[in-house]
Order: sequence, then structure tokens, then C-alpha cells
Amino acid sequence: MLKFPIYLDYSATTPVDPRVAAKMIPWLTEHFGNPASRSHAYGWEAEQAVEEAREQVAALVNADPKEIIWTSGATESNNLAIKGAAHFYQGKGKHVITVKTEHKAVLDTVRELEREGFEATYLDVQENGLIDLEVLKAAIRPDTILVSVMFVNNEVGVVQPIAQIGELCREKGIIFHVDAAQATGKVEIDLDKLKVDLMSFSAHKTYGPKGVGALYVRRKPRVRLEAQMHGGGHERGLRSGTLATHQIVGMGEAFRLAREDMAEENARVRRLRNKLLSGLTDIEATYVNGDLEQRVPHNLNISFAYVEGESLIMAIKDIAVSSGSACTSASLEPSYVLRALGRNDELAHSSIRFSIGRFTTEEEIDFTIDLLHKKIGKLRELSPLWEMYKDGIDLDTVQWAAH
Amino acid sequence: MSFAPVYLDWNATTPLAPEVRDAMLPWLGAAQPARFGNASSRHEYGRQARAAIDEARARVAAAVGAHATEVVFTSGGSEANNLFLKGAAACLKPGTLAISAIEHPCVREPARQLRRAGWALHEIAVDADGRIDVADWRRVLEARPTLVSVMLANNETGVLQDVAALASEARKAGAWLHTDAVQALGKIEVDFRSLGVQAMTLSAHKLGGPLGAGALVLDKRVELSPLIAGGGQERGLRSGTENVAAIVGFGLACERAVAHRAAESSRLSVMRDGIEAALSALGAVVFSRAAIRLPNTVFFAFDAIDGETLVGKLDRAGFACASGSACSSAQPEPSHTLLAMGVDPTVARGAVRVSLGRDTTAEEVERFVATLSHVVRDLRNLASVAL
Repeated sequence: MLKFPIYLDYSATTPVDPRVAAKMIPWLTEHFGNPASRSHAYGWEAEQAVEEAREQVAALVNADPKEIIWTSGATESNNLAIKGAAHFYQGKGKHVITVKTEHKAVLDTVRELEREGFEATYLDVQENGLIDLEVLKAAIRPDTILVSVMFVNNEVGVVQPIAQIGELCREKGIIFHVDAAQATGKVEIDLDKLKVDLMSFSAHKTYGPKGVGALYVRRKPRVRLEAQMHGGGHERGLRSGTLATHQIVGMGEAFRLAREDMAEENARVRRLRNKLLSGLTDIEATYVNGDLEQRVPHNLNISFAYVEGESLIMAIKDIAVSSGSACTSASLEPSYVLRALGRNDELAHSSIRFSIGRFTTEEEIDFTIDLLHKKIGKLRELSPLWEMYKDGIDLDTVQWAAH
Repeated sequence: MSFAPVYLDWNATTPLAPEVRDAMLPWLGAAQPARFGNASSRHEYGRQARAAIDEARARVAAAVGAHATEVVFTSGGSEANNLFLKGAAACLKPGTLAISAIEHPCVREPARQLRRAGWALHEIAVDADGRIDVADWRRVLEARPTLVSVMLANNETGVLQDVAALASEARKAGAWLHTDAVQALGKIEVDFRSLGVQAMTLSAHKLGGPLGAGALVLDKRVELSPLIAGGGQERGLRSGTENVAAIVGFGLACERAVAHRAAESSRLSVMRDGIEAALSALGAVVFSRAAIRLPNTVFFAFDAIDGETLVGKLDRAGFACASGSACSSAQPEPSHTLLAMGVDPTVARGAVRVSLGRDTTAEEVERFVATLSHVVRDLRNLASVAL
């Protein structure tokens, strides 16, 4: 039984796993104490639940629980890591390096640092979406104090060479931050091996609830941060604010399940994604965005040439996906990630991100393949550009008359 | 928990109201149909999430007499306080900031940060009852503060400040006034417009809503630099995927709390007054008794009885109370509020807070008073034996 629209937008958010919900609800209802209340059992038991969840998050990434700080989500973790580290270490230098394809939570935070007087380098990526280590090396200066590179890109799913970047940064004494919001439960993360100093985590990308995330802050060697949220001194002074027990319990359980289920789930998801890939790439004039090898199995981002983006999105209403356009109040802008991969505006606008997950079925994949074939076919029938392409006209040589 | 103590710590946090829980469950995947969209997604799942947030925003706004566009959702009260103080200051040249001497740490600490960043920080003194000292307030106004923050209701003593009057005078002196109203909403009347403040902090879990959601109610004339940058949610003032479940709960909790406020505050103040009469009979000092306070709060101390000890005994006897506020109960320091009121530190160390709520019954209060008498008597006997 298909439920419409079919959800293929797991990278935007994931449903809360029923097992996670079951674990969370008692902490929302009967066991409602404030974990900072030291005077009674309601508080003590809440605190204990929070510490257990901390261990579960640490276990997924092979970290020490003491290195896990609770936040309200990966956006806040990114802000805390980047501003916190930059402010703390600004005596050593004021240059920061990141990548053009980072999430806005990183890019806008780095821009904020620039407004404060820091200097920033935004690295280009190759056509496959991966950074070139030589380009990073060349960008490093004596006054570079922080590098921020995401583990897995949210739009195209590519996996950056975090291990090598870590080695490079450690060698140069530069703090290395990684936004791992899209990575947990999809790739192995071993912080005992990876030379990463700060890592951001999100719960709602890994079948946990919204409103909670975490920041890994390395203790060996010790990384220091300037706190961004001040108050009662929670989280060893790094992040004040009453902890939401039920959300934290949910994140812990979600990460525990991710650890247990990852290998099997990845295999299943890869099979489904590859079926979708072959089913769609046999449509003419389609382009996969981002490297297919260095990529999580959950993501497929494809541009469909000679099809107008908005019409495409409207035509495939039966599936819930994400397009290569972002709404601003004034206009529809092409995805900056796809532009960084070298796609022109038209191809960026007519791209679709399919992101599948734990609850995706083969039936849903089959329906999707069918739907895209039908709709792309119809839209192209109506497209004069498609006609010209079929007639062998090189559209790049056409002189378009102005209207 | 095998036994459930009677919960008398409603100022620390509150259990979820049943209708709030029911509204939240689908958004947590715990009831069908499960809802989970990212509100920024353009498809139906996203649109549902967006609609739920809009509805909740309207409820929060209506509950405090503000416009929906004046409500900025945050992860809680602490964050809203941080957002106002640091966010407003970031758009201004360093000037003078004034806060009352009895603010919660999540106002005090950001204020200290601003001082480190070059702001002059003034603390407005309170009198022996915990009310803003008028003479000191006038003195502070003469220093031409740009920003002022005074809490509407104190979490420990329950004392209420005449924020409307303060806001009026602050405005004439060219200052913006912010009030932390997290303890007030649902217990007393709170109207953003009538208060005349430029900013107000609210927290869901203080009024039968969930942990993880709060709001800064903000006059749109106040320029604010966001603390959390990113995808541009909350009109750019607070980025991050919206916590739909918590926001939905927050909206409903505000609506509920305001609807029941009048009847509830009567009911609670009768019980609270009963506790105070008993406390007086037992020889306890009740802090701020003469001041206008929240209807549910009583902050007291017994001579020569340590507050932590008393609270521990009460917990074992089946009653959950607090000594000092939850946030700072990790450090065994006397209440900051009491010290600001001029209470002797030795007396302050005896402080215990009992705060009542929606589920508190007269029968529970009777049992509490009886238990308290026994516990106090036993502790006094122990003390006299020890001499």
C-alpha cells in the first residue's frame, strides 16, 4: 500500500523511529523532572537518563561521553563550534577555511566571523563535489586557526576525505571542525582514529526528534571553546540552558539504533538507490550530480535537461523530494551547491534530490522510476528546447532573440 | 521510579498538560498519523509542519496580547534571554546595561559577557522584600542605560515587579526594557502591549508545555543580531530546523494556561496561604511575605535548619521541593535573590522553595504541612540532642 506523497526527502528530515518514540514518551509524560533539580528523585532520574543518552551518542562515534555537549541541533552546534573556536583561538590568528558547498549554518556563521574582522577562504570543489587536498593545503596560512568541512553533503551526498584533512590540520596545529549532521548512521565515524577536533551532530537526520543535537569537543588533545549560550553553567559551562530530557533520550536511542542497524541498512538502501539510479539514468539527457563512489548510499541527485524546474516539481507531486532551487522571498535561486559543482542555472533548477532511508520500500522506488519516466516524457514533449536538442542543434550556439 | 513523591517544584518545571501531550504525540511519531516534515520543505509534509508552527505562533501571540510576527521561537527561556541581551547589544555601540539584582543566571551571565565586551553594567538593588528599590532605579536611569532587563516574577521568592511602570519610565529615559516572564505566564496576567516592554521571554516547560521550546516576544523596532546563524528561520533571527513537536506543545500550553489562569491562581493562592500560616505557626520565616507575589510560590527557612538537609528529608518523606533554583542547585551557595534582599547568608542557607501547580490538591498540601511539622520537630530534637 503506497502512501502519497511518497517520502523521498530523508535528507531534509526523517520520521522518528517508532522505537525511539517509545523510549522518549515516558520522559515527556510521567518522568518530567528538570535534570538540574538536585533535590528530588524527579531530577535525579532525569539526569541519569541524560547521561545514558550521552554514552549512547559517544558510542556511535567512539568518543568519550565527556566529549559530548548537548545542543538544540546541528545548526546550533555549528555556530558554537565555529564561533566558539574562532573566538577562543583568535590570539593565534584570524583566518578560517571552509568550503563553498557547506550548509548555510556553517557558511553564514563564517560570514559572521568575517563581519567581526576574521578572514575567510571558501574553497572550490571539483566537479564531483569533492575537495582537492592540494587546494586546501595551498589555502592554509600561518594565521589559519580553523578549518570546517562537512562529512557528508546534504544536497549531493558526497563524502569528503575527512581522515586526510584531519591529518593535515593536526600537523599544522589547526582546529578541524566537521559538520556530521548527514553522516551519522550512514558512514563509520571513529573519533579515536579521525583527527577531528569538533564534530556537529543532528538527531532529526537519524530518525530522532527535532530540537536536539550535540557537539563533540575533543579532550585529547584538549580543544577549548568560548561558550555562546550563558546562564546556569550547564554542560560544563559550554552550553547553558535546561536540558530537554525526552529529546536527549530520543537522540541517544536513535544513535544506538544507528550503530546497531547501520551495516544492514546501508546495504539495503544502496540496493534500492542503485535500482533508482539505473531506472532514472536510462532517461536521456540526465546527469548525476556528485561523485557516485565517494557518496552515501542514501542520496541520488539528478539533473534532467530540457525540462523546466518548477514544472517538473509540480508534475511529480506524488513523491516528496527536494529540488535544486531554494525559495527566497524574491525569487527562486539555483542551488549554490550545484553551482559550485559547475552546473549552470538551468540544470541546477531542473535537478531533483532523492534521499531514501530506513522505511523506503522497493514498491516506492518502482513507482518513482515509473513516474519520472512518464512525467519527463510529457514535459519534454512540450519543450521546444528538447525538440531542438533532438534535431541535433547545439543550444549553446543559438543566438536567442531578446523579448 | 517505584514511588512517586508529591511534586511541589512547579517553578523548576511542570508535567505536560494532557491535551498538550496529545497534540504533540503525532509530531514525535508516537501517534498516528505520524507527522514529521521539515517546515522548510515545499511538499505536503513540509507544508503541514509549517501550518502547525503558524498555528502555534498565533496561540502564543494571543496568549500574551502580541502579534504573531512579534514571536520568535527559541529552544527555551535561557536562549531567549541570551538572544535579546547579546543580539540587541550587537547592534548598538557599547553603552550601559541595567539588570535587577535578582535576575536568573541566564540574564546575569549574558550581562557579564556584555560587560566583558565593553558595556557598563549596573545592578538595580531590591529592598528587603525583593522589590525594585525605587531610589536605586532612579539612580540607574540617570546613568542613561540603553538596555534594561527586569524579571516580571522571581523564580525563588515569587515576587512580582511593576514592570509596566518601569517600562514607561525606561522608555522616557530612552532605554529598551526586556522582561523575563517565564515564571509569570499562566500564573498572573501577562500582556505584552500593556506592559509596554520591548521584549519578553517565555518558556514552555514552566506552564504545562514541553522542555525544548521558548520564545522571545519582540517589538519589531528593536534591531537584533541573531545568535544562531544559518538557514534563516524565524525571519533570520533564529536559524535551525524548527522543533515542530515542541512548538505545537508550546502554543497549546500557552492557550491552556491563560484560559485557566484566573481560576487556578485563586485555587493555588488559597493552598499557598494555608502553607504559610502553618509555616508561621512553626516559627519559619517566609521571605517576601509582604510583597505581591506569584500565587503558587512560598520561599521559607527555619532557623538553624539547613535547607538542603530539610529538602532531603522531605524528599524521603515523599515530597519533592527545592532549595534554591534548579539551575544553580549544583553549587551549595545561598540564594542569590535572598542575598540581594539583604538576608543574612546563614539564614539564606535554610531556604526551601515550595511551588504548587495544576495537579496539586488540598489533600496533598495538608499532608505536606503535617509531614513538614514532623520533620522539623525531628531535626530540632536532633539539634538539641547534639548540643
